Amino acid sequence: MNFIRFIKESVHIVIHGSRKYYAWLAFLLVLIIWGAVGYIAQLNNGLLVTNMRDNISWAFYIGNFTFLVGVAAAAIMLVIPAYVYNWKPIKEVVIFGELLAISAIIMCMLFVLVDIGNPLRLWHIIPLIGKVNIPSSLLAWDSVVLTLYFILNLVVVTYLLYKQYHRKEYNKSVLTPLVLLSIPLAIGIHTVTAFLFNGFAGRPYWNSALLAPKFLASAFCSGPAVLIILFQILKKTTTFEIKDEAIWKIAELMAYAMFINLFFFGSEVFKEIYSNTEHLVHLKYVFMGVKGNNDIVLYGWLSIIFSVVAFLLFLIPATRKNVITLNIGAVLIWFGVFMEKGITLITPGFTPDVLGQIYIYRPSMTEIRVSVAIFAIGFLIFTLLTKIAIAIVYENFNIDTLGGRRK
Amino acid sequence: MNEPTFHHRQNKNGLLVDRIRRDGLEKTIRLLSGLISLVLIIGVSVSPRVSGQPQVRDDLSADIQIPPPPFTDGIFPCMDCHADMETNPERRALEDFHDDIVLKHDEENRWCMDCHDAENRDMLHSASGKPISFTESYKLCGQCHGPKLRDWKAGIHGRRTGSWNGQKEYLLCAHCHNPHSPEFKKIKPEAPPLKPGEIR
Amino acid sequence: MSGIKTILSPIKIGRRSFLKAAAVTGSIAALGACGSKADRDAFFQKNFRDMSKDEIARVIERLEKDYSETYGRPFSVSTAGPLPETNFGYALDISRCIGCRRCVYGCVEENNQSRDPQVHWIQVLEMEKEKGVDFLHSNLYYDHDEVPHEGHFYLPVACQQCRNAPCVKACPVDATWAEEDGIIVVDYDWCIGCRSCMAACPYGARHFNWGKVTIPEGEVNPASHYLGNRPRIKGVVEKCTFCIQRVREGLYPKCVEVCPVGARKFGNLLDKDGEIRYILENKRVLVLREELNTQPKFFYFYG
Repeated sequence: MNFIRFIKESVHIVIHGSRKYYAWLAFLLVLIIWGAVGYIAQLNNGLLVTNMRDNISWAFYIGNFTFLVGVAAAAIMLVIPAYVYNWKPIKEVVIFGELLAISAIIMCMLFVLVDIGNPLRLWHIIPLIGKVNIPSSLLAWDSVVLTLYFILNLVVVTYLLYKQYHRKEYNKSVLTPLVLLSIPLAIGIHTVTAFLFNGFAGRPYWNSALLAPKFLASAFCSGPAVLIILFQILKKTTTFEIKDEAIWKIAELMAYAMFINLFFFGSEVFKEIYSNTEHLVHLKYVFMGVKGNNDIVLYGWLSIIFSVVAFLLFLIPATRKNVITLNIGAVLIWFGVFMEKGITLITPGFTPDVLGQIYIYRPSMTEIRVSVAIFAIGFLIFTLLTKIAIAIVYENFNIDTLGGRRK
Repeated sequence: MNEPTFHHRQNKNGLLVDRIRRDGLEKTIRLLSGLISLVLIIGVSVSPRVSGQPQVRDDLSADIQIPPPPFTDGIFPCMDCHADMETNPERRALEDFHDDIVLKHDEENRWCMDCHDAENRDMLHSASGKPISFTESYKLCGQCHGPKLRDWKAGIHGRRTGSWNGQKEYLLCAHCHNPHSPEFKKIKPEAPPLKPGEIR
Repeated sequence: MSGIKTILSPIKIGRRSFLKAAAVTGSIAALGACGSKADRDAFFQKNFRDMSKDEIARVIERLEKDYSETYGRPFSVSTAGPLPETNFGYALDISRCIGCRRCVYGCVEENNQSRDPQVHWIQVLEMEKEKGVDFLHSNLYYDHDEVPHEGHFYLPVACQQCRNAPCVKACPVDATWAEEDGIIVVDYDWCIGCRSCMAACPYGARHFNWGKVTIPEGEVNPASHYLGNRPRIKGVVEKCTFCIQRVREGLYPKCVEVCPVGARKFGNLLDKDGEIRYILENKRVLVLREELNTQPKFFYFYG
């Protein structure tokens, strides 16, 4: 029954904290309630309260979903360099990466949940219970790999923390294969998510073989961007130790990934502009507007500018090693990739729609509220999990103590 | 266009087909009768593409119904008036009667008696002078519009209603095209759909 | 919690149903506490293709009762299967269509589409004769006093009933499939409303019920088919079924019947003397987006 005690004491940890901590939780809770009320209205009135329509049948929710799949995947892909360069705090990198992945996947699942028309029927997609269209449906695959990835990360991180709670060393022969398995799965979730869009032959904006590689490259930027900031915070507030060189290395790798991302983007732009087929219209819509509709143009350019600036900041050693420019770069990357995935990936694929019609979509207030609430839930979960992890890893919370305090 | 009442032109086989179809309410029988009727339909239909078939009346498939011609009320039979009138074959502006007719159908070369039969005004006639009933006016039209007639017989030109695998209803050319001015008249379209932004 | 017992006790609990019950305990508790037996039956209803004859009969009975109560008139929900030796095809004469939209509204009434929010299965595109079939320059919202409009032609688009249907592939839960007679259908009671099929369809033929379906009293068509025109609920996808409720009874689809110019042709592709085969063999025919290899059974031709 040690596990129950572990859970109990973990709960004890998350409900005790500083004033700042409570304020943060309260802030998140307010956002969650604000969004939940919006979601209840959506449940009652249908997705009519969103601004999605038949022409643009996926939009902000699925954009956020796609972005967060990238975050979830990349958090774990950071484990690869951690292994390759043999960073000192590899266990910590794994733990926080996994916690980020878990939080991101929960957000992903919530974004799918709020996007579907009949959430009560979600059981239809559960293998053995429902009726899953595998191997044909990419969305079916996506739900399966996301679930597996979620379970795997949950198991690994719980195992790690639970062992440390018991002041025991983790069993390498158990953990290493799991961690190694999580790497291809991380690549898998993002690839399958890319394929989900990639596979639609009727949507030329997505029907590019570069989509999955581009997803991976951009995810390799956005995920670590969060961790770079988190590691610095941990370093300041806990006994967490990570060499500056490791952070710089992450930034350098992100620069390479961003270069690949931009190169892929450039290749697509070349192909579309030079061949100048009717498929060019989607790209035009993102960067120039079509028929006077240029709502999205700002985000198209901002995402490119942010990405290029961040790339340069991370490429040049002087700015990479400067705390301020490093963090600016991380923030720029996060928002650059968010705009790319969340805003300029989904709706431009539907604009113009398959019959050439243009509907200018802007998320409705309900969509914004619900999305904010889901991000708040994600941050809340990440906060709580991180607090437990910090307590166990750095604050000597273990089986012999209670809630991190000596008995 | 007012909804015409249909008069049936069926031969024995056509009725049989119909009866088998009616009886075939139960699934198994329907299966069987579907097959039988298919065979029968093929058997009795005289496809315009197949020559040398025995003549079924008016040269159309037995499964086809055609509503009566779209006469103006009270105008037919023509002989009610024309019986006592002398035929005037001269091209002229019609004044006393039929003055509503505007001829826009190869009007340079055509006049009433090119199509209407001078002897029997209740009939039309072919170029060769052979009388043609109003109910078979397509034979007259088809003299010039051969490919259209062929398509019409195959069910491709013009509206066809009824049953895709059984009784069908054709319309005569004149149901849609005013024979004196055959260009299809423009009509008012139904309302456009709401734009996505208007759906609230 | 007695609800759970009543659901589970009379049934032999297989692994599947056990898992099913276990997985949705929360929902059951809610339903068990406040839902009626009909609600629970509806919740646990299987995919149409997995139901036994008895199960289908029970579902139909429940649906007919529900619809009759909702719409205040006797309602029939047919489950008529495909006719033997039948594969439906459709052909539309582009040179004939005048863009009058009679088909659009005929379809809405026949197939019980929601009036508000508006759902139209048929989209009539106005195109410039100069440009030919060019979607980017087409106009769906033309509003002239008279049609056809000078210099324009019309291209009505609805489900193309593809033989290689991208929508069927995309559905994560097998809620949509091709019937033996070639009609792509949706099980509205199984669809989760993820809209993958809509993203997959290259013809914009699938439509989502964004809000509660409303059909004015007296305008509902009570002669319905389970896989066709029975009234839908919010949150599910729907589409043209060639009027499955009509064509499986031997009738032409509604749009064929109401088209004032006879531009719409329908028949059995396997009938070599049928209209569609005649068109394929004798006319210049095109299919939309042929390069996508969707292999539509909806043909456009120049008559």
